[in-house]
Amino acid sequence: MNSIQIENISKSYGNIVALKDISINVHKGEIFGLIGADGAGKSTLFDILVTLLLPDKGKATIENLDVVKDYLKIRKLLGYMPGKFSLYQDLSVYENLDFFASIFGGTIEENYDLIKDIWVQIEPFQTRPAGKLSGGMKQKLALCCALVHKPTVLCLDEPTTGVDPVSRKEFWGMLKRLKEKEITILISTPYMDEAMLCDRVALIQQGTIMAIDTPLRITEKFGKKLFSIHSENLYRLLKDLRMYEETHSCYSFGQDVHLAVKSQATSKNDLAQYLFSKGHENVIVKIINAGIEDTFMELMNNSLKVES
Amino acid sequence: MKQLISFTKKEFRHILRDRRTLLIVFAMPVVLVILFGFAITNDIKNAEIAILDNSNDNLSTGIINKLTSSGYFIKVKTLQSNNELQQVFRDGQIKLAVVFPEKFSESYTHNNKAQVQLIADASDLNTATILINYANSIILNYQQDISKSTSNKTLFDTTIKMLYNPEMKSVFMFVPGVLALIMLIVSAMMTAVTLAKEKEMGTFRVLTVSPLKPSTIIIGKVIPYLALSLINACIIIILSMFIFKMPIHGSLFLMFIVCIVFLLTAVSLGIMISSMVDTQQTAIIVSIIGLFLPTILLSGFIFPIDNMPFILQILCQIFPAKWFIEAIKNVMIKGTGIENVWLQILVLNLMTMVFITVSIKKFRQRNA
Repeated sequence: MNSIQIENISKSYGNIVALKDISINVHKGEIFGLIGADGAGKSTLFDILVTLLLPDKGKATIENLDVVKDYLKIRKLLGYMPGKFSLYQDLSVYENLDFFASIFGGTIEENYDLIKDIWVQIEPFQTRPAGKLSGGMKQKLALCCALVHKPTVLCLDEPTTGVDPVSRKEFWGMLKRLKEKEITILISTPYMDEAMLCDRVALIQQGTIMAIDTPLRITEKFGKKLFSIHSENLYRLLKDLRMYEETHSCYSFGQDVHLAVKSQATSKNDLAQYLFSKGHENVIVKIINAGIEDTFMELMNNSLKVES
Repeated sequence: MKQLISFTKKEFRHILRDRRTLLIVFAMPVVLVILFGFAITNDIKNAEIAILDNSNDNLSTGIINKLTSSGYFIKVKTLQSNNELQQVFRDGQIKLAVVFPEKFSESYTHNNKAQVQLIADASDLNTATILINYANSIILNYQQDISKSTSNKTLFDTTIKMLYNPEMKSVFMFVPGVLALIMLIVSAMMTAVTLAKEKEMGTFRVLTVSPLKPSTIIIGKVIPYLALSLINACIIIILSMFIFKMPIHGSLFLMFIVCIVFLLTAVSLGIMISSMVDTQQTAIIVSIIGLFLPTILLSGFIFPIDNMPFILQILCQIFPAKWFIEAIKNVMIKGTGIENVWLQILVLNLMTMVFITVSIKKFRQRNA
């Protein structure tokens, strides 16, 4: 059973194509991640789904309700958290929650069990103006406000952008618990590490979907032998590896360089010897499995090559 | 209904927690009324004058006494010659000089004609005109008095009567204007800004995606600002009644009706502005250019509409403030009833309807 169904949606702003023929199905009760860089088209897709924007072409339904025709019905069962912090800064934590409960015609008590886990964390600050909360707290309050009317579908547009790592981790914990209550969650994020926490993800780049699958299966699509290499001089390492004839692609990941090679036959020793000949010291070479980010870069390169 | 109540409650909280809003709402009317009442006024009191009395007889001293006891003039200098006259004007010591020729009284009794010369500093034309008028009417009055008491000589008799505002107080002129201005600021600009603020902060998106109807949002925004502006109107009227002794000739009830009609126009104008702009800054700029300048310049508040070129006169008709000022002057100062303000009320209501229709059209629930 599909909770969200997107069929061949396209949207342009003048000459700029924001979405190109996008189709996605989100199953009921799953956490579906929309992964892409800034400007990839995530927010445009969100605006169409939350009935703020009309698509140029294509069709989308939420719980079998058409986003264009039945938008008023959709608004009742949708929980939406926009990318920008969008609570009333001068109202207290409690007043914000109370207000959002009341505009859906309900009360906090009615659906208290749904938000209880999150609410107890911000309850100590309930008289504080929302504008004076820390980033993590704001985000929890925003989530409470989006949940207080017991939505069946939750749309979270980059909820973790600009939030500290600890709060981000807590946030994902909360989403897992909401999933158990059979709420469908559509979440967008520019953080690749968060993709692994979703049930399924769609990788989106320049308005097109590059892949839709479980995170694990997406990483399996990488298909190349991958090394993680560490050396004392990162910059020179990257330069030298780009010159290496077996190199398929290489990117720096923090303090390491991830190198994909053309043939499976290339071994750790081959690499170590090459780098030694280039005068690198304290070289550590490991064989690793591709992560989402590696796959994302690879898919992005492929699509760029196809275009050119 | 429950949604509307909680929305209105939220709006009141925004207003009560924002010091700037409170300041605009409560301090501004007081400041404006006092400013217009005391500082920016056309009334003249205690203007310095000099006297050059070449005859020094009963009649001339009588006129001098009459002038100086009127409260409008203070004698600061008694001059001896024409040369001195030039000097005091140049030094700016006086605003008006009164010159009596030699044998003033004699010429009056024998020739039935006597000339008093009034010399004013016309570098400040407004003041000069007003002073000349004052002095003129005082002298004429005096002339009447003595002609009655002495004989039955018929003299040329000028009588001036200032209807509705016999003391020519400018308070009467500015109170309606200030009322219009403040109601526009509070209702129109504040409403425009508050909706634009929601757009800017992103809360408007959440409201749009919620099941709230646009009409609930609009009415929820209107109620608090309508209430505030009514309080404001009361403050201004009470201040002008008690500090400036402004009489209210018409019925208070009708006056409130006129105020409420205008407030609705102002608020709907504010909502129309905010439905067309996206940021608070644009809302403020549009309000200032589109509301305040016309209210000050083109509503008859400061410059009389009848003196304007024809095209500007036509332009004046489209600004709500012009109609409101007309109506409120009729009720407050002339004391007329509904028979003289129905047209203004009708025009204002029509404007309200146009503004509301445009805003609902523009109040987008979705973007294409």
